[in-house]
Amino acid sequence: MPELNWLSIKEAHDQLASKQISSVELTQSCLDRIDAVEDQVQSFLAITPEIALAQAAVADRMLAAGEGGPLTGVPVQIKDVMCTEGVPTTCASRMLENFVPVYNATVVDKLINQGAVMLGKGNMDEFAMGSSCENSAFHPTHNPWDLDRVPGGSSGGAAASVASGETIFALGSDTGGSVRQPASLCGVVGLKPTYGMVSRYGLIAFASSLDQIGPVGRSVQDCALVLNAIAGHDPRDATSVAREPQDYTATLGQDIKGLRLGIPEEYFVDGMEPGTRKAIDEALAKLESLGATIKPVSLPTTRYALACYYIIAPSECSANLARYDGVKYGYSYQETNDMWEALEKTREYGFGPEVTRRVMLGTYALSSGYYDAYYLKAQQARTLIRQDFDRVFQEVDALVTPTSPVTAFKIGEKTGDPVQMYLIDVCTLPVNIAGLPGLSVPCGFSDGLPVGMQLIGPHFSEDTLLRTAHAYETATEWSSARPTL
Amino acid sequence: MPLERSEVEHIASLARIGLTEEEVEMFGEQLSNILEQFEVLNELDTADVTPTGHASGLQSVMREDLAEDSLDHEDVLKNAPRREGEFFRVNAVLEE
Repeated sequence: MPELNWLSIKEAHDQLASKQISSVELTQSCLDRIDAVEDQVQSFLAITPEIALAQAAVADRMLAAGEGGPLTGVPVQIKDVMCTEGVPTTCASRMLENFVPVYNATVVDKLINQGAVMLGKGNMDEFAMGSSCENSAFHPTHNPWDLDRVPGGSSGGAAASVASGETIFALGSDTGGSVRQPASLCGVVGLKPTYGMVSRYGLIAFASSLDQIGPVGRSVQDCALVLNAIAGHDPRDATSVAREPQDYTATLGQDIKGLRLGIPEEYFVDGMEPGTRKAIDEALAKLESLGATIKPVSLPTTRYALACYYIIAPSECSANLARYDGVKYGYSYQETNDMWEALEKTREYGFGPEVTRRVMLGTYALSSGYYDAYYLKAQQARTLIRQDFDRVFQEVDALVTPTSPVTAFKIGEKTGDPVQMYLIDVCTLPVNIAGLPGLSVPCGFSDGLPVGMQLIGPHFSEDTLLRTAHAYETATEWSSARPTL
Repeated sequence: MPLERSEVEHIASLARIGLTEEEVEMFGEQLSNILEQFEVLNELDTADVTPTGHASGLQSVMREDLAEDSLDHEDVLKNAPRREGEFFRVNAVLEE
């Protein structure tokens, strides 16, 4: 069988439905690819071939009976922040090294019910805190385009596995850019849906007002198909929004004539790589040639987004991670009978440095005497940031920006300076702060490394973002480029 | 303004995270650098601005008050580091 692991979801589905291939063959092709390249890429924290092949056999029976949908029999990697019943879910943390969930996240249930095949769990920055996957307590992941470089983060495993052909698609989570930025650095497509569009039940919480689950795929259409499968209200997540189901592939293929695209000058930051700038400029020209109108716009509050985010996210993280007390589950220090000492040692040994840094930062921002100056101020800034977006979306249908101001950097290059690492997410953070959908699509290369273009739209404008990205993708060759491994 | 050593220790104790001497030093410096980045917010006049907690606009979502199945008792205890019978076992909270 020739390289089934590189099929798109649509191609895989067509060949499965017409019995040209079986899900077991498709799954085996991905497992073979994992065998061949995983030593170099290290995108997985756990590979589950037995579960995958059993699920593939179930999918083949569904397909034989004429049942199932676009994802039936299609392999997926699940970021290790989503609970999988009976399969360890570590969040790339020593704290949860031995944690085995007793239920599935809603998104995992949805995929399994539709007959998707789980290949294993994806590597990530510990508790989804980071931009390079280097904060994984277990091992870094390597960028398939240059193994000395990071894949981005926190969903680095998701992006690297999709880019290297180890899986057909992956699920990641995005709190400040964690789906879009690694997708950009690995040359694949990543979508962060509107806040409330996808249930977070069973997603291990980092910052609850920002977290959202999203797909990573090799094409825009793949991401649309996955969004179809995972979107929707869930009574178990009170923040999920009840809306009429929508087919996000419906508008793919339609043109973008007359679409109004805004270019916010504030996103073209100092320190942006010239190669990235060039790729984005060329992408804008291409979008214009496809019939879109390009209009400069201004989002003056962008300069406050980094501070706003790094107050809100750590504050919520410090509250969410208070649950790790060594009593109910997770790592537990037991060399003492003293309750406080046990608690402090459990958290000292269970959390890595970035998690500790953010818990401390959030604890400080929420502590007596500082709440108004930090947390309240950040939530007010958030209102202003959101109003800025609301205002420009009166004038334009979507915004185009770089996803990341830089391409993939060397492993170890930025680990010593947290502020430098935080600055990498400067183009993606505002989207989470305002709860908007954002999508990263490949738009070229700079010195052999992928560059991603970000599209941002109003709440629940995923159809517009996907249609625009699809029109661009179809008119260019970038998404079909593959790394040499 | 850099954080004092005692402030770092105070934050760590509020967060219930033990720190080594070197970590107190390192986090003191790093947190100070990060806090410096926050000063930009002081440029914003927020006197009349309503804070936004989250972006979806949903508030106080309620459901019918009906009993539903919850996790099985054994399942709940499955990941317990220490258990005694059907309880989580903890260190003594109160002195004798």
